[in-house]
Amino acid sequence: MAVCIAVIAKENYPLYIRSVPSQNELKFHYTVHTSLDVVEEKVSAVGKSLGDQRELYLGLLYPTEDYKVYGYVTNSKVKFVIVVDSSNTSLRDNEIRSMFRKLHNSFTDVMCNPFYNPGDPIQSKAFNGIVSGMMVQTG
Amino acid sequence: MAGSQWEHPPELCCRPMAFVALTGLDVVYNAVHRAIWDAFCANRRADRVPISFKVLPGDHEYPKCRTKRTSYEWYIPKGILKTGWMNKHLNLVPALVVLFYELDWDDPQWKEKQSECATRVEIVRTSLQGRNTKVAVVLIQKKTPLPPGEDLVASEKASALCGSCDLSGKSLFVLPHTDHLVGYIIRLENAFYEHAQTYYYTEIRRVKSHKEFLNKTTHQLLFVRHQFKMAFLSELKQDTQNALKYYRAAHSLVHELRAHETNMLEIKTMAGFISYKICRLCFQHNTPLDAIAQFRKHIDLCKKKIGCAELAFEHSAWMSKQFQSFGELFDEAIKLGLTAIQTQNPGFYYQQAACYSQERKQMAQQLCQAGMTYPSPDPLDTQSGGLDFYGQRPWRQGHQSIDPTDPEKEKMGILALQIKERDVPHSELIIALLSNAVAQFKKYKCPRMKSHLMVQMGEEYYHAKDYTKALKLLDYVMCDYRTERWWPLLTAILTTALRCAYLMASVKDYIIYCMELLGRASTLKEEQKSRIEKNLFKVLMNKVPEAESECDPSSVSAARSLWSDRTALSGSNELTVEMQDYIPFIQCKARFQSPSFHVDQPIQLQVFLRADCPHPVSFSKLTVSLSNQEYNQWCVAESSGEESMTLLPGKPKRYNFSFVAKTEDVGKKVEMTGVEMMLGSDSGRCVFLSWRGAGGDAASTQEALQASRSSRRWGRGTEARQELDWDSLTLQHSTMIISRVPKICVQLSHQPPVLTNEMYCIILTVQSQEEAVAKDVKLTAGLKPGQEAGLGQTTHVTLDGSSVCDDNAPALLTDLPLGDLKPGEKLEKCVYMRCVSTGPRVFLFHVAYSIDTAVEGRHIVCKCHKDETVSVETVVPFEVSVKFVSTKFEPLERVAVDIPFLLMTDILSSSPWPLLLSSSSLQLLTITSNTAQLQSQLQQVVLQTGESASECFCLRCPPGTNNNNTVATGQYVISWRRKSSSADGPVIQTTATLPHVILESVPLYVYADLPSFGRVRESLPVRYHIDNRTAQVQEVEIAVDPSDAFMFSGLKQVHLRVLPGTEQQMLYNYYPLMAGYQTLPQLNISLPHCPTSSSTALRRFLPQRIFVKPQGRQPDDASITAA
Repeated sequence: MAVCIAVIAKENYPLYIRSVPSQNELKFHYTVHTSLDVVEEKVSAVGKSLGDQRELYLGLLYPTEDYKVYGYVTNSKVKFVIVVDSSNTSLRDNEIRSMFRKLHNSFTDVMCNPFYNPGDPIQSKAFNGIVSGMMVQTG
Repeated sequence: MAGSQWEHPPELCCRPMAFVALTGLDVVYNAVHRAIWDAFCANRRADRVPISFKVLPGDHEYPKCRTKRTSYEWYIPKGILKTGWMNKHLNLVPALVVLFYELDWDDPQWKEKQSECATRVEIVRTSLQGRNTKVAVVLIQKKTPLPPGEDLVASEKASALCGSCDLSGKSLFVLPHTDHLVGYIIRLENAFYEHAQTYYYTEIRRVKSHKEFLNKTTHQLLFVRHQFKMAFLSELKQDTQNALKYYRAAHSLVHELRAHETNMLEIKTMAGFISYKICRLCFQHNTPLDAIAQFRKHIDLCKKKIGCAELAFEHSAWMSKQFQSFGELFDEAIKLGLTAIQTQNPGFYYQQAACYSQERKQMAQQLCQAGMTYPSPDPLDTQSGGLDFYGQRPWRQGHQSIDPTDPEKEKMGILALQIKERDVPHSELIIALLSNAVAQFKKYKCPRMKSHLMVQMGEEYYHAKDYTKALKLLDYVMCDYRTERWWPLLTAILTTALRCAYLMASVKDYIIYCMELLGRASTLKEEQKSRIEKNLFKVLMNKVPEAESECDPSSVSAARSLWSDRTALSGSNELTVEMQDYIPFIQCKARFQSPSFHVDQPIQLQVFLRADCPHPVSFSKLTVSLSNQEYNQWCVAESSGEESMTLLPGKPKRYNFSFVAKTEDVGKKVEMTGVEMMLGSDSGRCVFLSWRGAGGDAASTQEALQASRSSRRWGRGTEARQELDWDSLTLQHSTMIISRVPKICVQLSHQPPVLTNEMYCIILTVQSQEEAVAKDVKLTAGLKPGQEAGLGQTTHVTLDGSSVCDDNAPALLTDLPLGDLKPGEKLEKCVYMRCVSTGPRVFLFHVAYSIDTAVEGRHIVCKCHKDETVSVETVVPFEVSVKFVSTKFEPLERVAVDIPFLLMTDILSSSPWPLLLSSSSLQLLTITSNTAQLQSQLQQVVLQTGESASECFCLRCPPGTNNNNTVATGQYVISWRRKSSSADGPVIQTTATLPHVILESVPLYVYADLPSFGRVRESLPVRYHIDNRTAQVQEVEIAVDPSDAFMFSGLKQVHLRVLPGTEQQMLYNYYPLMAGYQTLPQLNISLPHCPTSSSTALRRFLPQRIFVKPQGRQPDDASITAA
C-alpha cells in the first residue's frame, strides 16, 4: 500500500497530494517533486519515437533507500505518482498498475464534474475516499 | 581531519602493481644510472607492464620475515587483517630485487669485479632471508653486445658469473648503455614482470596451503584473511578475474563471522574494504550492473549492523562513506567511458551519503552531550600510534571475545569517541557530499532533484550558521519552486530563509520573505501569519522584530544586538522591493478603463489592491508611473493627515485616477511603467512596493489563465455579479490616445469610371456639424499612398479643371488650405484627376481642421480629421481601329507608290457615358492626302455606349519614295470630351498611331473611267488609261474577253507601245444586256517583255463589275406595247 499519492497538473504543480500523516509530509512533497524529472524525461523520450500509442504507466521511476516511486501519465499530461515503502516487497507491478487505473478512473470522474474547473486543486470527497483506500492504514 | 578515520586507506584504493626494487643505481651522482632510472619511471603509459619501481640502496633492510608457523593448533588470531599488510606488499616487500652492476665482458679486472658482484648479491639475499623474493643481476655495459651465441667469451663469462652469484641464467641481464636505452629497458621490465608474476604465484600458493591447517571454530578470522590476501596478491599479479573470485569468497566469509558488539566495527570495516574492491574490479571489467548489485547486497547486509548504540553515529558515518566511495568509483568509471543514465548515476550515491551524514549529525547531537571532559589517560592512544588490525578499538586491540575486557575502559573509550565526534564539522561533510550530488544531477538532467539538494545545502549552511551562503542558495532555488507552483515547498524554504534573514538582521531580505510568507502562496497557518505580520510592522516602524521560532537561543541573542544596531543606524531607511519576482501579500492590478481614449475625453485609470494577510494594512502613498512622465502628477494618492489608506484582509480596494491627455500625444500609446506603493512612514522605515507595468506578480499570470478558463465555462455570470471578482480582473497596461471624433460631413460626388486621360472631376462637399468654428480646414486629396508603385507616375491631380494638366502635376495634393468653417457651413471643392493608365485606383480625401474645446474645465485645441476614400476604375473611352484599303475597298497588303488608296478609321465607344467627338485630324508622314483640304467628318458627333464612328480618307504615296520599304504613316488625333461636361471644359486629345505600310512600285498603271452605273440597252462608254511608270518603252498586248452581259464596240485585240512616262487611252463602248451586278468584259493586258507583271496583277486596278439598272420604263410606250 502506498505511503504517498499525488496528482500533478500538466504544468507540474500539485493538484492533489496526500501522504501518511505519521511521517514528514514535506519529505514526500520533495520526493514527488523530484520524481517529475524522471517523468518528464520518460514522456519526452516517448514523444520522439514514432509510436503514438504511449503506455500511460511509466513503471518504477527511481528507487531511493527508503521508497519506491511509481509514475503514470494520462494523455492530457496529468501525472499520478505513487510512493511505496521500500520494505514493502509484497507489492507486485500488477497491483501498482491497478492502483493507477483506479486512480485514473476516479480522476476522470472528478473531471466530469461540471463544477470542477480543470487546474484547480482536487477537493472531491469521492476521490479522497479512493485514495484513502490505497494508502497504508496507520493506527 | 576528524572524519578521516572513515576514509579508505590509500593502499586499498590504489591499483596494486608488482613491486620491483632496483639496487646498485646511484641516481644522484651517476648520469648513466640516472638515465636508466628515468627510462624506468618516465612515460609509464598503459601499454607498459604494471610495475612499481623503487630505487633502494644495495644494503637496504627489507622487512623481517617471521618464522613460518608449522602448526595453527594453538594459534588464536587477534584480528582479520593487519593494518600494515597491504602496504607491506605494495611498497616494502619486493617481488624481485634487481642488482645493477657495471661490468663489461672484457673488463681487465674481471675476476675482482665478479666476486664483488657475488658479494653484493649475497648481501641482498641475506636481507631477504626467508622470503621468496627473486634476485636478478643487470650488467651495465658500455659496448654493444654481439648477437647471442657468437660471443663465446661472453657466454663463458656469463655462466661463470651466474655460478659465483648462485643465479640462474634467466636472472642475468645485460644492459648496454647505448642509443637504444628505452628499447632495452622495455625488454628488461618485461622480463622483470615475468619474474614478479612467478613470485606472486608462489605467494598465492603459499597462502592457499595454510588452509588445510585451519579449523572452523577458532580460525574463522583467518579464512577471511587468507581469501583477502590471495585476492590482493592476485591483483598484484594482475589476475583480476581470480582476484574478484577471492574477494567474493572473502565477502561471504566475512558475513559468516559471528558478529557482536565488540567486533562489529571490525567486520563492517573489512566487509567495506572487500566490497569496495569487488565494485572496483567490476567497474574495471566493465560490468557496472554487477558492481551495483554487489553494492546493494553489501548495503542490505550491513544496514542493520549498527553495533554499539552509544556510538550509533559511527554506523551512519560508515554508511555514508560506503555510499560516497561507491559514488566515486562510479564517477571514475564514467570518466573512463562508462555511460550512466538519469535514474542510475553517481548522484544518487552522493545524495544517500549526504543523507547518512545528516543522520550521523543528528545522532552525534543526541549522543554526544556537551560538557563532558576528555578522559585521561587517552583511551584512544596506542603505543604504536596506530592500530594493529583494521576496525579494532584502540583500548582493546586484538581482543576477540564477546564481552569487553574492562567495562570501565570501554566506557572511557566510548566517551572519548563521543567527544571527538562532537568536533567533527558535520555540516562541511554534508555540504561537500551534496554539492557532489548536485554536480551529478545537473549532468543527468534532473533539475528538480538538483533544486531539492540545493535546498538541503542551504539548510545545512543555515545549521552551520553560514547564513549568507544559505540565503544565496535558498534564494536561487526559491524561484524554481515558485514557477512550478509548489507552495508547501516554497513556504518551507521561505521559512528557513526568513530565519536566516532574521539571524543576519538583513532588513531587506527579512521584509521580502515576510511579505511572501504572508502572501497567498504561503501555506502557513493563520496564527503564524499573524505573528509574521506583526513582526513586519515592527520592522517598518524601525523596531526589533520577535525572534523566529526554532532558532538557536545563542544565535537569537546575537541577532537581537545586530537588529538593535540596525535600528539605531540613521539614514538609508528607504528601500524598494520589486514585486513581480515574488508572490507578495499585497496584490495589485491596474488598468486603463479602455484600450483607447479620444483626446477630448479624460483618461481613466484604476488601481485595484488586495491584501492577503490576516490584519489590515495601511499605507501612505500610491503612485502610478506612466510612459509620459508628465502625467505622473495626476496619478498619486496620498494619505492625508490622520486618515490613512487601509486595505482590509481579502477585500479588494479600487483607486481611480484620471487625467487629460496632451494634444501632442495624439496617436501615441500611454503605458503604465509601474505602480508603487509606500508602506511605513518617513519617521520609521519606508518600503516601496514596486510593480512593473500594470501590476501582477510571479503567480498572477497563471491565475489569470485559470480564471479565464473558469469564466469561459460559466459564461458571463461573473460580470453580472455586483461584487468585484478579483481573479477575473484583467490588466490593461496601455491605452492609445486617439484624435477627437470629427463632426464634419465629407461627401464625394463623381461619375465613375474614369476615362483614360480625361480630367475626371470629383466634387467634395464638406459640411461642418461642429458647434464651434472649425479652423484651418485643410484638404489633402489625391492618390492614396501605399498602392501599386507605378500609379504615382500615371496619376495627376489638380484643382484647375480649365485645361488638361501636364505630367508635372502631383499624384497627391497635400494640405490645401480651405479656410475656416463656421457651424453648419458647407463648402464645395472640385478636384480633377487625370489617369494616364487604366486599372483601379483608390483616392484619398483627408480633411483636417482644428477646434477649441474644453475637457474637464481645461481648454485644449484638438486636431480632428476625417478621411474619405473612393475606389475608381480607369477605362479607355473608345477603341480606334484603322485599315488601308484600295479604291475598290479591298484590303491592301502593300501600297503602290503614286496610286491613290483609302484610309478607313473606326472609333468604337466603350465609355458608359456619351462622348462628344469635337474633331479629328490626320497627321501624315511620308504619304499625302489625295484631296486638298482634309476636313473631319466627325465634328460634334455624339457617341453612345457601343456606337462607333467611321471616317474615310483618300491618300496617295507620292512618287520617288523608296520601294519595298516599311514606312510610318502618321497619327490619327481625336479630340473629345464627355458630353455631360461643360462646354468650356478642356477637350482631350487622344492620339492613335496609324499602322506602318509596305510600299511597292508598279511598272504599269491601268485605270478606267466609267460611270457609276449603266442601264440596260443604253451605251456605256468606258475609257481605259494605260500609264507607263517605267523609263522604258513598254509593249502592251490588250485583249478583251467577250461577256454574256455586254455587247461592246472597240478594239478587241491590240498590240501597242507606251512611251516612258506617258499614257495611252483606250475607249470602249459597252452595251449592257442584263440588269443587276454584272461582270464587265475582262481586259487582258500582258507585257511580253516584262513577264513578271502578270495580267492579274494589273487587273486589280480595274473595276470588275458594274451595276446595271433595268431599262427605264416610259409610261407611254412600254405599257402600251405590252397591252
